[in-house]
Amino acid sequence: MLDPVLASRIQFALTVIVHIIFPVVSMGLAPFLIYFTWKDIRSDKVIYEQLRRFWTRIFAVSFATGTVTGLVLEFEFGTNFAAFSKTAGELFGGPLALEGMMAFMLEATFLGIFVFGRERVSDRLYFLSSIAVGLGTWLSAVWILIANSWMQTPRGFEVVMEDGQPIVHLVDPIAAYLNPRFPWMFVHMQNAAVESVALLMAGIGAYYVFRHHIWGYPIDNIEFWEATLKIALVVLVITAPLQAIHGDLYARHVVETQPQKFAAMEAIWETDSYVPEYIVAFPTSIQDLLDPRAKEIFGLGIPGGASWLASGGDPQATIQGLNEFEGPQPPVAIVFWSFRIMVALGFWFILLAFWGVYRWWRSELYEDDLLHKALMLSAPLGLLAVELGWIVTEVGRQPWVIQGVMKTSDSVSPGLTGAEATATLVGFAIVYLGLLTLYTYVVVRIIRAGPPDGDELTTAESSSPPQTEVSTDD
Amino acid sequence: MTDVGTLASDTLFGLPLADIWFGLVFFILGMFLFLDGFDFGVGILFATRDDKHEREQLLAAITPFWDGNEVWLVVFGGALFAAFPAVYANLFSRHYLLMFAILGALILRGLAPEMYEQREDEPWQRWWGRAFIVGSFAAPFLLGIFLANWLLGATTLMTLPGIIVGLTVVTLTVVDGVAFLRLKTRNELRDEFKTDGYRALALYLILVVLTLSAVYLTAPELRSALLSLLVVGLVVVNLVLTGIYAVATRSDRYYVAFIAGAGLVFTLVSIIAGLMYPAIDRVEGLTVGTAIVSPLPLNIMSIGAALLLPLIFLYFGVLYSVFSGPIEADESY
Repeated sequence: MLDPVLASRIQFALTVIVHIIFPVVSMGLAPFLIYFTWKDIRSDKVIYEQLRRFWTRIFAVSFATGTVTGLVLEFEFGTNFAAFSKTAGELFGGPLALEGMMAFMLEATFLGIFVFGRERVSDRLYFLSSIAVGLGTWLSAVWILIANSWMQTPRGFEVVMEDGQPIVHLVDPIAAYLNPRFPWMFVHMQNAAVESVALLMAGIGAYYVFRHHIWGYPIDNIEFWEATLKIALVVLVITAPLQAIHGDLYARHVVETQPQKFAAMEAIWETDSYVPEYIVAFPTSIQDLLDPRAKEIFGLGIPGGASWLASGGDPQATIQGLNEFEGPQPPVAIVFWSFRIMVALGFWFILLAFWGVYRWWRSELYEDDLLHKALMLSAPLGLLAVELGWIVTEVGRQPWVIQGVMKTSDSVSPGLTGAEATATLVGFAIVYLGLLTLYTYVVVRIIRAGPPDGDELTTAESSSPPQTEVSTDD
Repeated sequence: MTDVGTLASDTLFGLPLADIWFGLVFFILGMFLFLDGFDFGVGILFATRDDKHEREQLLAAITPFWDGNEVWLVVFGGALFAAFPAVYANLFSRHYLLMFAILGALILRGLAPEMYEQREDEPWQRWWGRAFIVGSFAAPFLLGIFLANWLLGATTLMTLPGIIVGLTVVTLTVVDGVAFLRLKTRNELRDEFKTDGYRALALYLILVVLTLSAVYLTAPELRSALLSLLVVGLVVVNLVLTGIYAVATRSDRYYVAFIAGAGLVFTLVSIIAGLMYPAIDRVEGLTVGTAIVSPLPLNIMSIGAALLLPLIFLYFGVLYSVFSGPIEADESY
């Protein structure tokens, strides 16, 4: 039997890691769907109807899976983290309730019209539904990130002891809800979602373009996949550099507000100046695994790089080391490596985007098989980068559940037994991995089936009488 | 920004905001048990249909709606968390395994129709059909147990009153499922559901009587509340509504039966809330007045709810009017 605190933490981590994929796909797809719907209504081109219908199917499956997995998260605060829910309920419950009422309701009701109602409603209402669905997904992120960013940089509250338990009282809602972390998180997260979906689209488009143009397989609807690839590249070349720019600013904000997390991201134990930015660093022994740089066997660093990054341009700047903070430290290795791989992926995406756009500009987009392979392999990497980013954010703030206010070890339900927590952990590990497999299987099936056939769509929609009837009558 | 704290006073129309939120939490629960309830009912009735085409019609009847319907559960959790954080924490951690069982059932129920439609072949559809039926039965049954445990302050997983209330909620979802399907189908199929409706209604009546007896026998502290004017009145209204449902079903007044079905859910939830009040967590000795969140966040939530709930009803109005009327025989959206 696992300790209830540990089991609850693993369970929450597991459910979040699986759940986050679905809202990211929904949030990232939303602007694409609004664009496809607009073009479908405004132009006669079949391709936009194909794009809308194809990606709506993937959106619908993601939304359904996201709903059922997200439901679990909402209740896990009560089941596993009752002490946290009691302490922070005043600040945390409100955003969750508002997310449900303001965002999720909007998204879920209009999704019904958006997915099933094309033939039943006017163009105007249909387009409005696509906007309502998109707005719903983004507003959801607003409220969830308000709740999460408050835990990272808590403001606008006071702590009062009630019956031996600390209770957080809301004092200044504006300061609490629009806390310093919120804008950074929101911008970085939304851009990441759109970038991840652009990568998925580019990878899928490249797969068919590669099979058709390089291998010479005849593929129906090749124009559809070419268009998918091109649209994805346009979005990628905008979002990928932006992600690096606000990512850098975000990191500097972390230095100011959560220096312990930043020290863990860089694996800096002693306060120092002119700190190098290590690209990789390996310790000599297993015991040092929590510190990738301890007695390093191999380290490759840019001199002054970390100082430069932390201060926004001064390689001589001093960085606080982990040893300055009392008590337990976050698991440094997880944070260090997650941060590094996320950043490396971010730069890879920028390279990939410009490579693709350059080939396109040279009219060689369909000929570069290496590019196609790179895009295919990179299709799921945007989602991986999102996961790693969240690991940095959430693991990096340990041992705190609310930075400087409440420890994670004090947040778990007091009556929870190790047996209960372990049983549900095992159950959810099986269910969630099953869900992920099933989701992947269904999405792959949708991709393999491809878009609805262009000819079918035009005949179904044209009002001219069928010609064949005349000939058979004669 | 503390002026929000004084923007709304702690009473509205003479009622304390705490009581209004107690009512609101149960109202939202009622919305969920009614709207997703008929989805559950459709899922259970799915078991009575072997014909592939009929099964697809049943699925088509609920597919545009169920996402929106299920969100009421999310809003219920959020509202309870926001208004009564201590109750949210106590209740869900106390019923730890039950909550996870409910979530498991809802996962199965939510996923099954989505998966069913992904592939055409028989084994795939047979298995997801079964998952749909099991999830649709288990979710309301376990939610009923949860409600009974909440009301009676039970700390064990399964109690006899819990099982009776669970079965009551299950039959009620079938009653509502029939009313909904009679709006959404035509001809023979529509007539055949009539019998299911009568049976479910009869079973529901028996179970309501059993539920009230079980509460009377196992919870002496609730006896006076049970015999109070409010609760007796609600029970009478509930019984009258079963009569209206039966008559409307017989005379094919589909909308009347549907609305009576909704009334049954709301009166049942009101009976539970009426029996519970002013306590909200019997085990911890919390009342509505002591468990309520402090004034500033309460006022923010009240303003939020006052602005957003009418909007939500507007969305649902649009959705249900777009997909109103029976589904066409060859239509599966």
